[in-house]
Amino acid sequence: MNALKKLFGGNTRQFGMIFALVALIVFFQIATDGRTLTPGNVINLFNGNSYILILAIGMVLVIIAGHIDLSVGSIAAFVGVTVALAIRDWGIPWYAGVLLGLALGALIGAWQGWWVAYVGIPAFIVTLAGMLLFRGFNQFVGKSNTIPVPADFQYLGSGYLPEVGPNTGFNNLTLLLGIAAAAFVVVGELRSRARAKALGAEVPEMWVTALKLVLICGAILYATYLFATGRPGTSFPIPGLILAVLVLIYGFISSRTVLGRHVYAVGGNRHAAELSGVQSKKVNFLVMMNMSILAGLAGMIFVGRSTASGPFDGVGWELDAIAAVFIGGAAVTGGVGTVVGSIIGGLVMAVLNNGLQLLGVGADLTQIIKGLVLLIAVAFDVYNKSQGKKSIIGLLTQNFNRRQGPSNPNQPDETTSTKEAIAREA
Amino acid sequence: MTSQTTQTEPIILEMRSITKEFPGVKALDNVSLRVKAAEIHAICGENGAGKSTLMKVLSGVYPYGSYDGDIVYQGQVQQFKDIRASEHAGIVIIHQELALIPELSIMENIFLGNEPTKRGVINWAEARLRSLDLLARVGLREDPDTPIKEIGVGKQQLVEIAKALNKSVKILILDEPTAALNESDSQHLLDLMLGLKAKGITSIIISHKLNEIEQIADSITIIRDGKSIETLNVKADGVDEDRIIKGMVGRTLESRFPDHTPNIGEVFFEVKDWTVGHPNVADRLVCKDSSFFVRRGEIVGFAGLMGAGRTELARSVFGRSYGRFIDGHIYKDGKEITLKSVRQAIDAGLGYVTEDRKSLGLNLLDDIKTTTVAANLRKISHNSVVDLNQEFTVAEQYRKSLRTKTPSVEEGVAKLSGGNQQKVVLAKWMFTDPDLLILDEPTRGIDVGAKYEIYGIIQQLANQGKGVIVISSELPELLGLSDRIYTIFEGAITGVLNKDEASQESLMKLMTSARKADAA
Repeated sequence: MNALKKLFGGNTRQFGMIFALVALIVFFQIATDGRTLTPGNVINLFNGNSYILILAIGMVLVIIAGHIDLSVGSIAAFVGVTVALAIRDWGIPWYAGVLLGLALGALIGAWQGWWVAYVGIPAFIVTLAGMLLFRGFNQFVGKSNTIPVPADFQYLGSGYLPEVGPNTGFNNLTLLLGIAAAAFVVVGELRSRARAKALGAEVPEMWVTALKLVLICGAILYATYLFATGRPGTSFPIPGLILAVLVLIYGFISSRTVLGRHVYAVGGNRHAAELSGVQSKKVNFLVMMNMSILAGLAGMIFVGRSTASGPFDGVGWELDAIAAVFIGGAAVTGGVGTVVGSIIGGLVMAVLNNGLQLLGVGADLTQIIKGLVLLIAVAFDVYNKSQGKKSIIGLLTQNFNRRQGPSNPNQPDETTSTKEAIAREA
Repeated sequence: MTSQTTQTEPIILEMRSITKEFPGVKALDNVSLRVKAAEIHAICGENGAGKSTLMKVLSGVYPYGSYDGDIVYQGQVQQFKDIRASEHAGIVIIHQELALIPELSIMENIFLGNEPTKRGVINWAEARLRSLDLLARVGLREDPDTPIKEIGVGKQQLVEIAKALNKSVKILILDEPTAALNESDSQHLLDLMLGLKAKGITSIIISHKLNEIEQIADSITIIRDGKSIETLNVKADGVDEDRIIKGMVGRTLESRFPDHTPNIGEVFFEVKDWTVGHPNVADRLVCKDSSFFVRRGEIVGFAGLMGAGRTELARSVFGRSYGRFIDGHIYKDGKEITLKSVRQAIDAGLGYVTEDRKSLGLNLLDDIKTTTVAANLRKISHNSVVDLNQEFTVAEQYRKSLRTKTPSVEEGVAKLSGGNQQKVVLAKWMFTDPDLLILDEPTRGIDVGAKYEIYGIIQQLANQGKGVIVISSELPELLGLSDRIYTIFEGAITGVLNKDEASQESLMKLMTSARKADAA
């Protein structure tokens, strides 16, 4: 079990979520007689949820920093309608439209970030106001009409990787992408393993690493196979590609850069961060601004997918994004969370939604089930933490932790009261 | 209350071979405790020895059934299932972190959860009368309607005791009651405990301040590594601080301070006419015309009562991280420098280790390696990408050189004991390679053994030619460590004494009077 834990980088919570996701997929695959893991359905799943997952990337940073953003749906809608109008009325090309949308997102983000970071208004209030404000702007600018976008803009939300090269029976680009991703994972893992070993840090046994790589690559290649064998004209979707690139970029920023460290530091203990020289206002500003840029992008992708911008685009998105982040292991009090975790959290919700739909479960029941899943996922975690245990998996592995060292981490510290520990973890 | 003393059984409480296990660790191993009625019984032990756990067992935080052994109280075996049950029996615990609600008034806090009611409606008239009486008994002259947030920690402590008295307490447990109090508030509290003892109330006190224990305790039970080592009778056994320390650490400490020969160079850091306003109150000054200097390789002590403005002075110099800057000049290496932000201060070679490790010094969610590099990420990053290998190497290096007790640097800082947490914080600042390191209460909440090591680290820093400022409420610590000591009173520097001319008495005099030393 300990080795199993190491398999996923020792992050038990993330491991639990991956486990839940896989279990969910297997369950639906069986329950729907194999209709879950078909090329068409998987492509659909990605197309229909990529914008929520993009929002989750921004949202997890906001939540790590200790804030929340309720305005993302409205901002997405406002940016969507503005870009649609600009393309229709001013005749600007699609790429100029995208740039305009990102710039508008940045502008809105700067506005909200200014209130949160420099005036000191809680983000809940600022973005609640923003939710109303930008929904109003959307309907004012678009006069509550539906505004179509041209085909080249639609490519952004519903396009696929093109067919190139010889006819192999697969989509060649998708295939190439999948193999490159698998190779990237293998090389990256082996390199970091070698480096850790050179430093004298503890590394998992070789078979653990190998098994981990086989599992991950297997998943990647299977997904590649699904995407590459869809009905003619479909392959890996463009929104999925954008999402993948963003996950790589933001995953790297959050875990490896100074800025990422500062976001965690500000969310974990703002005062301590400030006394270590972190400019917390700047960090808060950037995090809020980034969220709005990503919201603008999500809005444009959605408009591209639905071929037109409407007055009710993006309603309720903020809640889906927030749910994804919390299922993915972030803490309401800030300082905790990962980009990848949030994506997994978002996928859990997406698979659940999709599977229930395939089973013909009505929207009413689907909502009830989704609500309960969110509540139970987080409640189980909070309960386990309050019991001094890490999570479901921590519970299973606790007996194995004993041999880790002479000074046992579970020993209650005189100066850390249980009360405090609970307050911190909740 | 006096009826208590007439009880024939002199032992009011006996904890018999208490064993409490947490997953993978025995926090208490066969601990026994016998407390006589109407005595002050101190429990001493290093951090992590199990003192607080024992008190949590007694007060029902860990309910009956979660531990082995018996609690015999007033002749009967008790089975407390929660705190309410133990409070009902007259055992009240006052935690180190006070459990008062800042927005509510003194009176509301005293009666919180225990409101006097008449047909379900709170009888505030009765509450007021009773709270006036209770406040008089603890010697607190405040209007019962004053919100808790408006009174100081010392007075809040008294409110907690009043709250306990209202529950007709028979055994009062105080966990580090004077840790956050200044000298005079501490004394008041100790006197109050003696007064309660005279009225037949038994007290159990956990404290690191051995001089206070020596002063008021009748018996002392020493706990080490989860085992009860011995119970001393203070008067009969002629117990003194060294005797207690010997029991706590299991050996005699020859000296509480490592040997150190100072090698002091020229003045390199100077603050002149430093004046800072209170962050919220318009006309109040927290630092008044303060001037001081530090030489290379010198350990400079700042003595002052709590609230005298020591922390305020340090933090305002450290990149104006406290208060409103009004006036003053900072010179380093002969040149005037302006430090408007913490970043600038760090870049100029300053470091500040805060007195409040948990809320200001550490991100408790972080692990050791991230904390170690947190104040100097630039040094281990290229194009603002953090080099994780270097991070690990640096953290390992400090773990070894400071002898931080931890299985690995990947461990969360929240799991470390106070002393080891402080070492991690020190590592963080040592990694910024400061010329001047300000240490605010560097040994607060740290046990004796770790204190000795921290002193060693401080002296080592001075040996490297760095200037070190140590702010401390413990005068023996300042006297043992510093080469020169400034005294601060009400925001102003009232004197400076060299190591050889300073004594507890001379310092205390300067710390409590506005007179300048040269005027005396």
